[in-house]
Amino acid sequence: MIPTEDQSADEVGADLVVVTCSVNGESARVSVPPHRTLMDALRNELGLTGTKTCCAEGECGACTVIVDGATVNSCLMLAAEAEGCDILTVEGLGAGEPGGLCDLQESFLEAGAVQCGFCIPGQVMAAEYLLRTNPDPSVDEIREGMSGNLCRCAGYQRIVAAVELTARKRATR
Amino acid sequence: MRYYRPATTAQAVAALASQPHTSRILVGGTDLLVAVRHRSAQPTLVVDIKGVRDLTAPISVDEQGITFGPTATMGDVIAHPTVREWFPALVEAAGLVGSVAIRNRASLIANSANGSPAADTSPPLVSFNASVTITSVSGERTSLLREFFLAPRRTLCEPGEMVTSLRVPRPSPGSSSAFERMTRRRGVDLATCSVGAVVDADGAMTVGLGALGPTTLLGGPVAPIDLTSQEQLERAVDALLAPATPIGDIRAGKAYRTAMARVLARRAVLRAAARRTDPDRLTGRSS
Ligand SMILES: Cc1cc2nc3c(=O)[nH]c(=O)nc-3n(C[C@@H](O)[C@@H](O)[C@H](O)COP(=O)(O)OP(=O)(O)OC[C@H]3O[C@@H](n4cnc5c(N)ncnc54)[C@H](O)[C@@H]3O)c2cc1C
Ligand code: FES
Ligand code: FES
Repeated sequence: MIPTEDQSADEVGADLVVVTCSVNGESARVSVPPHRTLMDALRNELGLTGTKTCCAEGECGACTVIVDGATVNSCLMLAAEAEGCDILTVEGLGAGEPGGLCDLQESFLEAGAVQCGFCIPGQVMAAEYLLRTNPDPSVDEIREGMSGNLCRCAGYQRIVAAVELTARKRATR
Repeated sequence: MRYYRPATTAQAVAALASQPHTSRILVGGTDLLVAVRHRSAQPTLVVDIKGVRDLTAPISVDEQGITFGPTATMGDVIAHPTVREWFPALVEAAGLVGSVAIRNRASLIANSANGSPAADTSPPLVSFNASVTITSVSGERTSLLREFFLAPRRTLCEPGEMVTSLRVPRPSPGSSSAFERMTRRRGVDLATCSVGAVVDADGAMTVGLGALGPTTLLGGPVAPIDLTSQEQLERAVDALLAPATPIGDIRAGKAYRTAMARVLARRAVLRAAARRTDPDRLTGRSS
């Protein structure tokens, strides 16, 4: 009845869940306890520590990743839920680029939007999703689209500027 | 805690019934996983219903109304053209829930199924006369949403049961709606209070009230008035807010909450009324 490879499984659910998904274009397979969040599995099981842990309750956006094309707070998603999903983390964003950074990440540097840097992976993922769904956002739309991503260094003006800069770059590409 | 991803509704309700008091449904996880983290929920079994194949579709429209399934997210609600046209107050409320990433996951049905009197989408749904279908191993039943809420965090959906659809009847021609919310800090705090108002073509008014009682409440209907008369408007607001029993809590004292409910009710009614003739029915602001 239950799709699991764990022999210790009872009729509903197993002690360990085997999850097969795609992370940054590569197939990944992890075996995790059912309560493990996607955030923890990315960081601990897969060693992708670009995704940050902060509030762990959906309020700060530091753990933002893109799952099947939409941003999620990976602290509020179980790793088990990622079965069959296509996951993009900050490590995958600039993977194909010569300098290892995509245009959006370059814009964050150019605009001086990075201070301590802790919130930036989440900011960048939220911005990437915003620009995919709205390639020419107004300042208000940027603020709204990024409102789930807090920056303790409060570099919000420059973060908005970095997103605007990326939109301009992509429009003339 | 065990994790189970059933393929059919029958499997889902059977699993829920097997551990009725310690199993929990998982959709977007934006309430459940926060509660698990705070240990205010300690489920032994989490039933993820997102893989259920015979689930009601997220959003389906017919002549008489719209049916939402358990996996319809706030993002789906906001983006749907017919929902935007028919239920602007619902779209405004859904748009105020959390952030973009929260709205990509948070489901509409769970926002009500959780039974929080402060849930943002419940007041407009109650004012639209929405109903829910509840399924268990022993069958299906339907209830008006306003009768579904029993007490804070308690609904007609018993342990082992699942809300399988939410039905919202098509609004009457020429009517419109608006939602107003007050909160201490947007995105990370619940409503201090909220009001969803529907104004019919003839001017009759109905409201759904959030965080103004132990459950989401229905106010009205109140007969049409001359909206330009301050005195008549105040009397209508009195009648619309009659079921409210505001309390003082960490978000607001009783007197302040009572005063703010009046402000929100007035704004929501006036905005819904104006929207009836406004070609751009979604213009307007909400706090
Ligand atoms: C940072 C943050 C900000 C938020 N801001 C707001 C806000 O501004 N306004 C607001 O109203 N809410 C807000 N919320 C809460 C809101 O996201 C939830 O109420 C959401 O709508 C619940 O949906 P879900 O799919 O995530 O539920 P889940 O967490 O998956 O489920 C929660 C519980 O609901 C019940 N449930 C779910 N589906 C069903 C069903 N089909 N039948 C029966 N029971 C069911 C189960 O008990 C389940 O355990 C916020 C949450 C977070 C984390
Ligand atoms: S760590 Fe996930 S939102 Fe803060
Ligand atoms: S750069 Fe320091 S938290 Fe944003």
